[in-house]
Amino acid sequence: MSAGSSAAAREGRNPEAAAAVEALSSYRWGFTSAIEQELAPRGLTEETVRYISARKGEPEWMLEWRLKAFRIWQTMAEPQWAKLSIPPIDYQDAHYYAAPRVKPSLKSLDELDPEIRRTYEKLGIPLEEQKVLAGVEGARRVAVDAVFDSVSVATTFREELRKAGVIFLSISEAIREHPELVRRHLGSVVPVRDNFFACLNSAVFSDGTFVLVPKGVRCPMELSTYFRINAENTGQFERTLIIAEEGAYVSYLEGCTAPMRDENQLHAAVVELIAEADAEIKYSTVQNWYPGNSEGKGGIYNFVTKRALCRGARSKVSWTQVETGSAITWKYPSCILQGEESVGEFYSVAVTNNFQQADTGTKMIHLGARTRSRIISKGISAGRSNNSYRGLVRMGPSATGARNFTQCDSLLIGDRCGAHTIPYIEVKNPSAQVEHEATTSRISEDQKFYAMSRGLPEEDAIALIVNGFCREVLQTLPMEFAVEAQKLLGISLEGSVG
Amino acid sequence: MLEIASLHVTVDGREILRGLTLSVLPGEVHAIMGPNGAGKSTLAHVLAGREGYDVTEGTARLDGADLLAMSPDARAAAGLFLGLQYPVEIPGVSNLLFLRTALNAQRRARGEPEISGADFMARVRAEARALGLDLEMLKRGVNVGFSGGEKKRNEAFQLAMLQPRLAILDESDSGLDIDALKVVAAAINRFMSPDRAVLLITHYQRLLDHVRPTHVHVLVDGRIVESGGPELALRLEQEGYERHAA
Ligand SMILES: Nc1ncnc2c1ncn2[C@@H]1O[C@H](COP(=O)(O)OP(=O)(O)OP(=O)(O)O)[C@@H](O)[C@H]1O
Ligand SMILES: [Mg+2]
Repeated sequence: MSAGSSAAAREGRNPEAAAAVEALSSYRWGFTSAIEQELAPRGLTEETVRYISARKGEPEWMLEWRLKAFRIWQTMAEPQWAKLSIPPIDYQDAHYYAAPRVKPSLKSLDELDPEIRRTYEKLGIPLEEQKVLAGVEGARRVAVDAVFDSVSVATTFREELRKAGVIFLSISEAIREHPELVRRHLGSVVPVRDNFFACLNSAVFSDGTFVLVPKGVRCPMELSTYFRINAENTGQFERTLIIAEEGAYVSYLEGCTAPMRDENQLHAAVVELIAEADAEIKYSTVQNWYPGNSEGKGGIYNFVTKRALCRGARSKVSWTQVETGSAITWKYPSCILQGEESVGEFYSVAVTNNFQQADTGTKMIHLGARTRSRIISKGISAGRSNNSYRGLVRMGPSATGARNFTQCDSLLIGDRCGAHTIPYIEVKNPSAQVEHEATTSRISEDQKFYAMSRGLPEEDAIALIVNGFCREVLQTLPMEFAVEAQKLLGISLEGSVG
Repeated sequence: MLEIASLHVTVDGREILRGLTLSVLPGEVHAIMGPNGAGKSTLAHVLAGREGYDVTEGTARLDGADLLAMSPDARAAAGLFLGLQYPVEIPGVSNLLFLRTALNAQRRARGEPEISGADFMARVRAEARALGLDLEMLKRGVNVGFSGGEKKRNEAFQLAMLQPRLAILDESDSGLDIDALKVVAAAINRFMSPDRAVLLITHYQRLLDHVRPTHVHVLVDGRIVESGGPELALRLEQEGYERHAA
């Protein structure tokens, strides 16, 4: 979220505020100056894994878990099947995983890519916050103060969550304070060996979020990881684990509409969700990592493994995502529908412009009887970008009476971009129903002219038409996120016409 | 107000407007009539700034400003409105959002403050009632699922809401039932004032029974071949365009 968001959304993250302050000071005085050069070896080895674990003061089992992941990872190869062309990533370059990341230090905002600066201004981000986001020298002090400021306000929210019995901690804290919970659930939805990037994450994850909403509790507020200064420390190999016990409800917001610059090109997060009987988890993401400049230089590679286990009967998980950033996105939030009558939903808007590539989609694995899933995917391609939807719907042998509805719509802006829809359907139970609809359209000259003739400048006209195209998805977002997502769509399509 | 001088326009290499000259003053209502394919909609589109038309010769000015050099949105902000012969659907964007975004974009371009939500809705209610448009319908996507006549009423509604200075109405009457014709005509009459003007493209006298033109022009083969007063329209209704045949 950008600066426009309410205090509540930010302070949702407050348990980590204190940690952020702590972490920052140790990075500043210990790690970045001396330790990084002496201790962080180049190349990813067991030593690196041990180092990360030791720095976090993790228990022995956690270290063993990481090491096991690392050994498996060494035997794995990068996936080749996504419709992306990925420049080779040198995993042995320390740059990609060294724990505390140093942002490019700019002397002032004037040195920042003018494009990014314009976007900050459009999003209405105050100057001081722009400096923090851009990593301008001397800005940290301000950010740390900002954290201190909100810590006091945040305490109220923390108290409220505590009263409700909701555990909302950074994953490092959770490993210390609730080791048995973390140990039981971590990797239970995304096993260590699931895929190359998830395995890498398991070995070297830096930090992330842990949420547990106890039986029958409706989480009293939307939870958000968003805390600007903190995102800086957890971004690269983030690990999230959310558990909704029987009858619990939680809505979780992830992401940031402000474009984040980051030296680390590779981001490989893992998110695991567990919903017990009658529980519901709503997980909303707005992702706007730096996509690279209009010539295709720079930009983040975003390889994310997100998976939900609807373990209990009648449990429900909704993924909503608005993806506009990254140079390369590879991401398939999925649901394993195990409990009878459990429900999985996937609502997605993916925008690609310039040279961006996105390969996204979902997997709905129906195991239980009368499970239902619904997939609404809206892909928008502009410039020379490529946007692929890849969806798997699997109806297992015991998924009696299960149903899926999939709708994939692609919108093309200009004639140098591409959209691809690749559905995989496997039905092993004759009573299961799968319905798939797909459309591809272009923004018509008629629509654009009509809107412009009423007074809308060309880019606003396109933004409006695109927002209309995405409406079904945007309306599933929490109000505040929806408004920002709309703004963001307009901004990410700038320069896509004319 | 509107000055068009020897305008030549080609589409896909074919010359559609071939030296069209027309002058419209504030307070005037000009009807443009002419056979199918004569170039009436082409004229309307060129004036509003639609892409795909090559102006090879001539000028068009609105209050002295060079219309042809402006983007469509700048023309709208300068006070030009085009009611389309075939209004367009924009799924997922409600009519009200569309209109409010447009209104505010125009205001911004003119350096005026945005309209408040309350003022906007008050005007929406009044104009929608006058045009017999249901508010629920206006919450649906722009023109989505509207009947032909409803689309035309919606164009008249937009005219009433946007309050331009020059309205070019391309067959605003076609597809309307008898009652709707009166409602739309009344909207045009309400819109007219001494400092505004209307360019009314129509095939039928029946609209002109309700909206009395000050001038009537016959457009044939890309040129205005005859001009007159309201009586010219009545004669055309009798004779057709035979005497203008090339
Ligand atoms: N995009 C285009 N490509 C090719 N020809 C075109 C195009 N647009 C218009 N024309 C041609 O230009 C001529 C004039 O069309 P226009 O729509 O202006 O006629 P009109 O006078 O509005 O007719 P009607 O009374 O049927 O609405 C027609 O012959 C039409 O086929
Ligand atoms: Mg026409």
